[in-house]
Amino acid sequence: MIDHRELADRTLDLVDGRADAEVHVDVGVSALTRFANSFIHQNVAEVATTVGLRVATADNRVASSTATATTTDALRRFVDTTLEVATRQPVDGAWPGFGPPVDQPSVDHWDQATADADPIERAEAVRQFIDAGEGLSAAGYCQTEARHHAYGNTEGRTASGRFTTAIIDGIHQTEASAGSGHAAGRSLSELDAAATGATAARRARDGRDPFDAKPGDYEVILSPECVATIAVFLDVYGFNAKVFQEGMSFVEIGADQFDPAVTIRDDATDGRALFTGFDVEGTPKGRLDLVSGGTTTALLHNRRTAAKAGTDSTGNAAQGAEAWGPFGWNLFVEGGAASPDALVAGVERGIYVSTFNYCRVLDPKSLVVTGLTRNGTFMVENGVITDPVTNLRFTQSFVSALGPGNVGAIGDDARFADSEFGATLVHAPSMHLRSWRFTGGADG
Amino acid sequence: MFDEAGAAVQGALDAGAEYADARVVITKTETINVQDANLDRYDLSETIGVGVRALIGSSWGFAATADLSPAAIRSIGEQAATIARASALVPGPRVDFADVPVHQAEWETPFEEDPFAVSTSEKVGLLIGVTETLKGIDGVAVATGNLTFWDTNKWFVSSQGHRIHQHLVESGGGFDATAVGESETQRRSYPQSFGQYETGGYETVRAWDYAGNAERIGTEAVALLQADEMEERETSLILEGSQLALQIHESVGHAIELDRILGWEAAFAGTSHLDLARLHEHRYGSELMNITADATLPGALGTFGYDDEGTPAQRVDIVVDGIWVGVLSGRDSAALAGLPPGGMVRGDGYNRLPMVRMTNVGLLPGTGSLDDIVADTEDGVYMATNRSWSIDDKRLNFQFGCEIAWEIKNGEYGRMLKNPTYTGITPQFWGSLDRLAGAADWIHWGTPNCGKGQPMQVAHTGHSAAPGRFAGVRVGVKG
Repeated sequence: MIDHRELADRTLDLVDGRADAEVHVDVGVSALTRFANSFIHQNVAEVATTVGLRVATADNRVASSTATATTTDALRRFVDTTLEVATRQPVDGAWPGFGPPVDQPSVDHWDQATADADPIERAEAVRQFIDAGEGLSAAGYCQTEARHHAYGNTEGRTASGRFTTAIIDGIHQTEASAGSGHAAGRSLSELDAAATGATAARRARDGRDPFDAKPGDYEVILSPECVATIAVFLDVYGFNAKVFQEGMSFVEIGADQFDPAVTIRDDATDGRALFTGFDVEGTPKGRLDLVSGGTTTALLHNRRTAAKAGTDSTGNAAQGAEAWGPFGWNLFVEGGAASPDALVAGVERGIYVSTFNYCRVLDPKSLVVTGLTRNGTFMVENGVITDPVTNLRFTQSFVSALGPGNVGAIGDDARFADSEFGATLVHAPSMHLRSWRFTGGADG
Repeated sequence: MFDEAGAAVQGALDAGAEYADARVVITKTETINVQDANLDRYDLSETIGVGVRALIGSSWGFAATADLSPAAIRSIGEQAATIARASALVPGPRVDFADVPVHQAEWETPFEEDPFAVSTSEKVGLLIGVTETLKGIDGVAVATGNLTFWDTNKWFVSSQGHRIHQHLVESGGGFDATAVGESETQRRSYPQSFGQYETGGYETVRAWDYAGNAERIGTEAVALLQADEMEERETSLILEGSQLALQIHESVGHAIELDRILGWEAAFAGTSHLDLARLHEHRYGSELMNITADATLPGALGTFGYDDEGTPAQRVDIVVDGIWVGVLSGRDSAALAGLPPGGMVRGDGYNRLPMVRMTNVGLLPGTGSLDDIVADTEDGVYMATNRSWSIDDKRLNFQFGCEIAWEIKNGEYGRMLKNPTYTGITPQFWGSLDRLAGAADWIHWGTPNCGKGQPMQVAHTGHSAAPGRFAGVRVGVKG
């Protein structure tokens, strides 16, 4: 495999003092084994290298580019083109410059066995997931990934890191129902594919013969997947300093916007975290408390939003995301003390939701979102799960959902949970919310 | 690059593959984002690589690399075969492959003005000018403009003898204005939400006259803050063309994908409410509903010469007079379903496995004009430009939000209404289609961000549509 550090240094050398510049290199292998109708139907692997270059001329004309070619001749053309294009840009009046040298945190979220995982190991995990649902039809995937990142700029800032991830995710289906299971982390060997498949199979079997619940306001028990989706929407549409600076975020720093039980942070240094300890601007990522005991405490910054706010970047710049702004991808929603059974026991009449589906924002400032339930929706009556329910549509503010007084209890089952924006971004528990607005049933 | 693709195929065959194909793909992408008359991002990317697909028995393997050295190319072919062999540890039914003629061909997108040859300053300047106009309107808080251009060369080689080179050129963009109120935001976009994209050169951008529409768009965004909220009720709904195009994409285009119908996408994208046993019987909508999947439409975003299995682009009937008659398919899915292959398999770049994707799934035009439909509506609402979209995993239960609406009373436009939404169930909704505008209002709308598959793939799809009217639709759903 290509040496990521050498490639970053070689690219930066080719700039040869003609402009300020930064380079971010991503080298890695990702492989994904996909199954449907209880057999492997798609099975892929990719050896990928991406070089990202951003240059700024002396009078702050800025351009960025990415390439996959790594020969020195190709890189020279790539660097020359980027420099030439930059000279034709307008002056960037808000250009924050590149960051100075800085100590990087000791972060190494790596598992060698996962990096070495082969398609036979992934197929074995798939087989275990499928076998956990005898007589059912299974679909899903097992993914392993191992990546190396290197950063360097002409100010002398450098960073190198690596990470692995592993995911087993899928559903079991009967003729008329489906149930999901999900597990993710740094190490494939730590994922229990059979248990994940068993969860999916139980939800599918329990979901047979659902009835149409009447839309309206209900108490809900949300699985970690649902809570992860709420968290990632708060992240992208709220804690993102760019949308805050544009006046489109709900965030009020210092205000008690959430229930006192809610604590959310972005933390690449947590022992359970994934990914590297720096962003694409080479800024180190530490622990950043976004919500502490219900109080909103911080925004996520890249260098541009930080300069505008007169503060420091929090290390949340992402490749190619200038138009979106900074966001967190090491989110931890703090778990509580209640077991999942205890959460259900605390509900007199409500609905348990296994996953959300196709969530979309109706208004970014109030963060009203519409979406559907999927892969296991159940009635909760007098503290126990009773009958399955057909999928429901909701239209609900995600801020109000976690608002003061609306969180009944939080589960002790926090884990990496799948979200609308990805499977490894959020570590989240189950939650009992006192009110959730369902606006449509099976008939629309 | 035919030699490189051929070497990858040979590597897979030598490692035991019964069939193999490979694509060398070079994609150049130029992205320009301007916000409030400042350049936010200028990005030029170029990806080069080869992806190889190998079939052994019932099992596929796919591997990709950006390293085009002879050793790496041969190795990636071998790896595809190794992965296919591992797939056989959890085997399915034998894969059959529908026959298609073997082609050795060249194909190029017709275009007038190479977008990469247009000066950067002209392209950036267009967006700076438009966002300056928008920011000059009192109440516009944020103004953004975007342009993206793709130049793609693909060399496809298969072990059956295909050798096809295609050069695809795609262009587009747009702009939007956001007004921010006390507890809400209102946005207007042009030409449509996320911009309008087509196959062709820079002439496609010029044709939309960004500068001539900026003042109207900015003024509407600000006016929406003071507009009345849409009340919840059932009424006649007139959809502007780009919103109807997205309605087609979500509630027809995805539902007719044969891989979804066969369960191959069940865990992620979902399945479909359609049952193959009812092909040629199922009533999808009213008799005004005639849908085609046409990859040959000049200028539409889902137009190409050959798909990524070497099957020629074609026009396929999907819905005729309201009856479901066709699907989107590839060689393996078509063989399994006993249908002719539709040439609708594409991969996102060199490093993604080709899969069934929409081409140009469009609604054929009716008669008359939008003005005629409005004049013929006693009580209803007209909604334009998508703001949110959500639909279930069977493509049945949907809710869409638009940027703007006007009430229609006695054949005339009335109050502007904000936060318009509508919801419905696919067959009932399409069954309520009772008016459809004609060819003069028919536009090849483009969707540049259709996500599907794991790992995620983004496809560029087209959806031709003219405005249409639907009876008895539930509108104004609130949170």
